[in-house]
Amino acid sequence: MAHFVAHGSLRLDAVVPAEMNAEAIGFLGRGVPGVPYGSAVADAYPEGSFARRLLDIPAVAGALRSLVGPHPRVDHHAVHVRDPREGSAQPLHGDAIIDVRTDAFDVQLMYYPQDVTLDMGGTLSVPGSHLRRTNETDTGRYQNLLGQSRLVCPAGTVVFLHHGLWHGGRRNDSDAVRYMFKIRFNPAVRQRRLWDTSDLEDPRVAEELMTTFPWYEPATGRLEIYNRVLLWRSLTGDESFDLEHWVTRVSNRPQEEVA
Amino acid sequence: MTVRQQVLVLYLGTSALDSPVVGWSVYDGTGRTSPTTGDSDEPPYKSGVDALRDGWRLFQAAQLIPPYPGSEYDVSFLKHEFFFEKLAEGSVGPEGVAAG
Repeated sequence: MAHFVAHGSLRLDAVVPAEMNAEAIGFLGRGVPGVPYGSAVADAYPEGSFARRLLDIPAVAGALRSLVGPHPRVDHHAVHVRDPREGSAQPLHGDAIIDVRTDAFDVQLMYYPQDVTLDMGGTLSVPGSHLRRTNETDTGRYQNLLGQSRLVCPAGTVVFLHHGLWHGGRRNDSDAVRYMFKIRFNPAVRQRRLWDTSDLEDPRVAEELMTTFPWYEPATGRLEIYNRVLLWRSLTGDESFDLEHWVTRVSNRPQEEVA
Repeated sequence: MTVRQQVLVLYLGTSALDSPVVGWSVYDGTGRTSPTTGDSDEPPYKSGVDALRDGWRLFQAAQLIPPYPGSEYDVSFLKHEFFFEKLAEGSVGPEGVAAG
């Protein structure tokens, strides 16, 4: 979870079996009918359906439960198809509108049924951008950021993104059609200690939360850490948690008067 | 000679022009290239001054604006944006094909 809070994403390589990947490529090109916003998973995806089987894969189910808890709501889903040599890329964007929640987040599941090579133009994402308050494609002016992630992955990879993460479909310069299936989930419970928290005191948790990225301006990078502390406090319920004393220092307002 | 503008946008680590590049975009008025989102992991220059040394002309730098009260800890767009230009021969016809 500390990795997700720092990076804004969680990647599970090749967790979907080959036969399901082959099945997906067969139907994703035809599109998937939409479901009403806020549907329960069982209503959106009946038992035996492809999406339901995808969500029942233990690694996928475990990650989803850790991030948004049991019985999340299906916000919406979409099939993204990038045609060969199509010549254009999506502008860098965050999905939906500015989402300023500090104590909750949605996740976007992105499933890649085929091997994605660099020239196929996999999804571009910007690690550590998820806490930035920007509106949809207003970030479209940014073409490249130092340390950006240009997805190259094996077939059957699933990536979970925090709803705020900057991302976009890269230009497909290959001869292959590229498919991606996305589902956005809303949590239905408070996102507090939903994952295995037995290692909360491990020093590697703090180290992970202190991760900085090459595209951060040094000054703003400190504010990123500050905001991560607030998110971590919300996720764990530990209001004393801090990194480098930063939040504690600037919120220190002693009330005791000199005798 | 037909002259068109090439624009380079560099996002720097601080408000100083000689600070490191952390992000970049290129727009080519000649039509000879079509840079786009996510097409390179390597910045064209290490700093804004490196771009000047290569002949790019700076024409805009981001203003330094204090944080709005109550929003001092918010993070949003990259702050240190510098626009450069070069003039190059070439033009683009209505179909977007390089014509000059």
